[in-house]
Amino acid sequence: MKKDEVPQDGDNLHHGTFKQLFYAVDPSGEYAPVSSIGWEPENVALGQAWEEVEQRVNETRDRVLAGQLSPIAYYMERTLLDLPLLARKAGKFQWQVKRHMKPAVFKNLGATLLARYAAIFSIPADALQKGKLVPFKRPQ
Amino acid sequence: MTAFNHVQTAHCESGVISNMFRHYGLQISEPMAFGIGAGIFFGHLPMVKVNGVPGTTYRIWPGAIFSRVCKRLGVKMESHKFSKPEKAMQALDDVIEKGIPVGMLSSVYYLPYFPESYRFHFNAHNLVVFGKQGRDYLVSDPVMDTTTVIDPESLAQARFAKGFPEPKGKMYYPVSVPQQVDFAKPIQEGIKQACYYMLKIPMPQFGVKGIRYLAKRVKKYPEKVGDRRAGLYLGNIIRMQEEIGTGGAGFRFMYAAFLQEAGTLLNNNELKAIGKELTAVGDLWRNFAFSAGRVCKARAADTVSYNELSNMLLHIADEEEKVFRRLSKVKF
Repeated sequence: MKKDEVPQDGDNLHHGTFKQLFYAVDPSGEYAPVSSIGWEPENVALGQAWEEVEQRVNETRDRVLAGQLSPIAYYMERTLLDLPLLARKAGKFQWQVKRHMKPAVFKNLGATLLARYAAIFSIPADALQKGKLVPFKRPQ
Repeated sequence: MTAFNHVQTAHCESGVISNMFRHYGLQISEPMAFGIGAGIFFGHLPMVKVNGVPGTTYRIWPGAIFSRVCKRLGVKMESHKFSKPEKAMQALDDVIEKGIPVGMLSSVYYLPYFPESYRFHFNAHNLVVFGKQGRDYLVSDPVMDTTTVIDPESLAQARFAKGFPEPKGKMYYPVSVPQQVDFAKPIQEGIKQACYYMLKIPMPQFGVKGIRYLAKRVKKYPEKVGDRRAGLYLGNIIRMQEEIGTGGAGFRFMYAAFLQEAGTLLNNNELKAIGKELTAVGDLWRNFAFSAGRVCKARAADTVSYNELSNMLLHIADEEEKVFRRLSKVKF
């Protein structure tokens, strides 16, 4: 990659606030670091990854609203976690966390455990208990 | 407050090495650190899934570059892990109090200053904390263009993220750094090790063989996992290759920069020539990313395009094998 080939495809993902560094060849054939505001394929891949997250969050939200899942399931997706990770963070087995995703079990969760989940999701404990679904905002 | 000379780099681990060692008077460029640490690699691990997507890596596992560079240059590090965040933060305070910049592992998800669109759960990000400003910590994050600050709560969360690999509050700092180092032998050892990892690991998932292994699997993505997942799988390959920290083309350009720098330093034209060849391979990787990006964007997976991508990878594997075979025969 020559210096003048370093991509500069801004895409609003970073609003021009972030530049990354690439190594590129200058006219004399030596390598030099060059900053770049982004490259189209990476922007596509990143956008696609966030779209996937958004889709999963929305699907889970619909299932929570339909009474099939508890808010734990929603917030797990919203914080980009999966079951093994969430279980590790909560200090529980995966089957236990899975149980907590059942609305009937969730209703009877103790205050300590609720507070622990709320801390993991960075939301107030009472919001979690009341089943409030704080909207997900993907980086724009 | 400690003055810390922050220079933006491409990759966090080699960047922290370069910035930290310079603080102690040992000048080493980022590509040089990457090369001596034999950072270049390839691996495709379908079993290791990240959010349900098979993992691909273009560099050696986290931490390896650091330990190899320290060993080869004779730098002594002190390194600690912790069980409790309170203890970890106290230990950090104690060390920066003495004016020593501290490197640490973190998860980018919890770094508020990090570009939002990159904030996934990635746990092996290296950064340097070099002082305090009231409650907040002064951070030299090698992939950012300036120094920043972080609040103690976020930093504690980032240091104690769960998942793989688990940072466990790991922090490290040099206790003895030689001022003058002869790079000749470390360079040779680094190159020898890189060639071994790229050519000789007797498993199909790693090195040049790993690229062919990936090629075979890419071909079957549409029929095996369907349009949507095939697109996601491809997207992840692109991200691992082109996201911040790679220096472009999955570290290939950074390693080529190392070969050229080493060639100049040791007066070895063969190394320089191989560097140029690797640059050409890096351009092939970029073409691949470009085509893969187009396939991702088109969404509908057609077998023809996945076949083409697979062939591109096979071609890259052949060219990369030539480069590393030639590199393994270089006389010093």
